[in-house]
Amino acid sequence: MSNAYYEKIARINLTTGEIKVEPLDLKIAQKFIGGRGLGTKILYDEGVATADPLSADNKLVYITGPMTGSNSPSSGRYMVVTKSPLTGMIACANSGGIWGAKLKFAGWDALIVEGVAPEWSYINITDDKIEILDAREYLGMLSEEMDDKLKAKHGDACSVLNIGPAGEKQVLLAAVMNDKDRAAGRSGTGAVMGSKKLKAIVVTATRKQLDVIADVEALKEANKACLKIMTANPLTGEGLRALGTASLVNVINGIGALPTKNWQESYCPTADQFSGETLAEKYLVKPGACYHCPIACGRVIKHDDKIVGGPEYEPLWAYGSDCGNDDLYTIDECNRLCNEYGLDAIGVPCTIAAAMELYQNGCIKEEDCAGVPLEWGSKEALIEWTKRMGDPKTELDWLMSSGSARLCEHYGHPEFSMSVKKQEIPAYDARAIQGIGINYATANCGAAHVRGYMIAPEVLGIPAQLDRTVTDEKAGWAKTFQDLTAVIDSMGNCLFTSFALGAPEYASLLNAATGTNYTPEELLEVGDRIFNIERMFNKAAGMKPEDDRLPKRLLTEPISNGPSKGMVNKLDITLPQYYAARGWVNAFPTDETLKKLGLDECVGK
Amino acid sequence: MIEVRFFATLREGRGKIVQVPAEEVFTAADLLRRFAIPSEEVAILLINGFHSKPQDPVKDGDIISLFPPVGGG
Repeated sequence: MSNAYYEKIARINLTTGEIKVEPLDLKIAQKFIGGRGLGTKILYDEGVATADPLSADNKLVYITGPMTGSNSPSSGRYMVVTKSPLTGMIACANSGGIWGAKLKFAGWDALIVEGVAPEWSYINITDDKIEILDAREYLGMLSEEMDDKLKAKHGDACSVLNIGPAGEKQVLLAAVMNDKDRAAGRSGTGAVMGSKKLKAIVVTATRKQLDVIADVEALKEANKACLKIMTANPLTGEGLRALGTASLVNVINGIGALPTKNWQESYCPTADQFSGETLAEKYLVKPGACYHCPIACGRVIKHDDKIVGGPEYEPLWAYGSDCGNDDLYTIDECNRLCNEYGLDAIGVPCTIAAAMELYQNGCIKEEDCAGVPLEWGSKEALIEWTKRMGDPKTELDWLMSSGSARLCEHYGHPEFSMSVKKQEIPAYDARAIQGIGINYATANCGAAHVRGYMIAPEVLGIPAQLDRTVTDEKAGWAKTFQDLTAVIDSMGNCLFTSFALGAPEYASLLNAATGTNYTPEELLEVGDRIFNIERMFNKAAGMKPEDDRLPKRLLTEPISNGPSKGMVNKLDITLPQYYAARGWVNAFPTDETLKKLGLDECVGK
Repeated sequence: MIEVRFFATLREGRGKIVQVPAEEVFTAADLLRRFAIPSEEVAILLINGFHSKPQDPVKDGDIISLFPPVGGG
C-alpha cells in the first residue's frame, strides 16, 4: 500500500565501497515522520552520539520527509543529519532547492553515508543505480563551478549537492551546498562530508512526481485548502515574495533588537542601507522559489555582471550591523563567497564580528592580520576574511574558521562569543525579545532561530501578538513552536508555510499522503518525541545542563542604545518554566516523560 | 513634530520619512487617515519601537513606524 515513502534507504560505506539497499521500517518512520525526526532516530540507534564527529565512525544521513517532492506547498526540503563537529551534538541542517525532491523521485527516502573514502569521491545516483566515482579533478574548486562541471558530465537534468574548499578542509563552519545557492548551512555538516572525502552527491531521477501517495484525492483537497489559506495570508501570499526575508532588517531594527558590533549595540541608525527595501531597489532581478513553493522568498540579484542568489536576512544583518558595516554591495559579495566556498553565512560573519571586538580590545593585533586589520565596517576585511575562513592557511585563519567560541576562548575572552553550544546566535537580540532566548538556549543543534521561531508571535503577531518584553507564558509558547517545527521539518515542508498553516493543516496533508490518522494534538506529540530524542542524543554525546545557556552579555549587560535600551534576557525565570513544560529535570527528560512519549529505548540512559 | 517612518510597500508614493505637526494628530489612526493607509494594510505599527494599536495616542517627538506584512527567518 502506498504511504508517501519509497521504503528504501541506501547505506553507502565509503571505506569499503559497499552499497546496501535497506528497507525502511515503516512503523518507526511513521512514529518519527521522516526527515529530521527519523534521521535523528537512526543515528541514535546506531550509536553515533559517542563518535568523533570528524572520524570514520560518524555518519551522514541525507534524508527526505514523506511530503518531500509531493504537490503540497513548499515541499522541497531535505535534511543533513549528523553529529556536529562544531557543537559536538546533533546537527540537522535543512535545505531547499530541488535536490531533495529529486532524491525522493529517484526512489530514496534517505542515504546513510559511512566510513572514509580512500580517495576523494562523489556519489552519482540515477534512479536505482548508485555509484561512487573519482572526485579528484574537482578538488579545490568553488561550489558553483563544480556544479556546472558535474552538470556538463551527467546532464542538465541532474541536481548537485556539494562542498566547497571549506568543507574539503574540514572547516567547522562549512556548509553543504545544493543547487548552487541553497545551503544546509549550519553546524558544520560540510566538514563532516570533507572528513569522509566526499565532495558531492549528484542525483538524476526519471520520475517527475511522487507515485506513492496514499490517497491522491484527499491530498489534492488538502493541498487546495492549504494553498487557499497561504494565498490569502498577506505574508505567504505576497509579503515574502515582494521583499524576501530581508524585509526584517527594518522591523527588527525598529524595535531595537538588531545586534550591532557583535551585540555591543542593538540599534543601527543606517540599517535601511542594507534592508530588503534597498536590496529590491538596487539589485533585485526577481524572486526565487524552491521546489513547488508558492511563497518564493528567495532573492535573485544582479551582482557585478552575474545573476546570483542574493542574501537572506541573516547574512544581511550579520555582515551588516553586526560587523559595523552598512554597504550592501559588500554584503552581496560576502554572501556569494559563502556560497562559493561552502560556508555558514551566519556563523562566518558572526565570528568575524567577534574577531572585530577582539581587535577593538587589542587581543588580536594588527600584525596578526596579514595586512587586513579586523576593523569595524572594513569592507576589505569582510571580503578577505571570508575567503580566508573558506580556505584557511595561517593560524588565525584556522582559529576564525573554527567559530567564535573557540576563537574567543583562545584569546581568553569567551564572553565575546555570541554563541550557544558553540554555534553562533542568529539575528534577534534576546534581551529585547524574551521568548526567542528560551529557544536559543535550548535548541538541540545549538543557537538557532528556526527551531522555535518565537519572532512570529513576539514581533510579527503570528498567530497572535505577544508582548516581546515580558516572560509570561513564553515557555509554553516556545515548546509548542519547537514541537510544531520538528513536525514540519520531518515532513519535508518549509517552515515558512507555518506563517499561514497550523497543526490541523499539517495533519490533513500528512494523513492524506501517508495514510495515517494523526490528530493535530497527536502530531504535536510526535514533535515533542522528536525534540526529546534529539536531547537524548545530546545527553549521550556528553551535553551538560550548563550547555542550555545564553551568553553572559545577554543576561547581564543591558542593551546600550535604541528603543530597547536597558533590557536584559530573563532566562533565570523562563528556563525552569520551560523544563517544567517539557517534563525535564536539569535539562534532560525524566524516564516518565520518555515513557509517555514512547521513547522506551532512551529510558534509563 | 511626529516622525512617521514608512517601510516596504507603504513607501510607494509616500517616501521614507515624513514629519507631521504634533497638534494635527491625536492617535496613530489619525496618521493612517492622513496618509490614506487602510488599517488592515498595516501589520506592524510601532510607536517608539513598541507594538501599538491605531487607537493609541501619539505625541510630540514620537517616532511612528508602519510596516505591511513582512517576515522571514
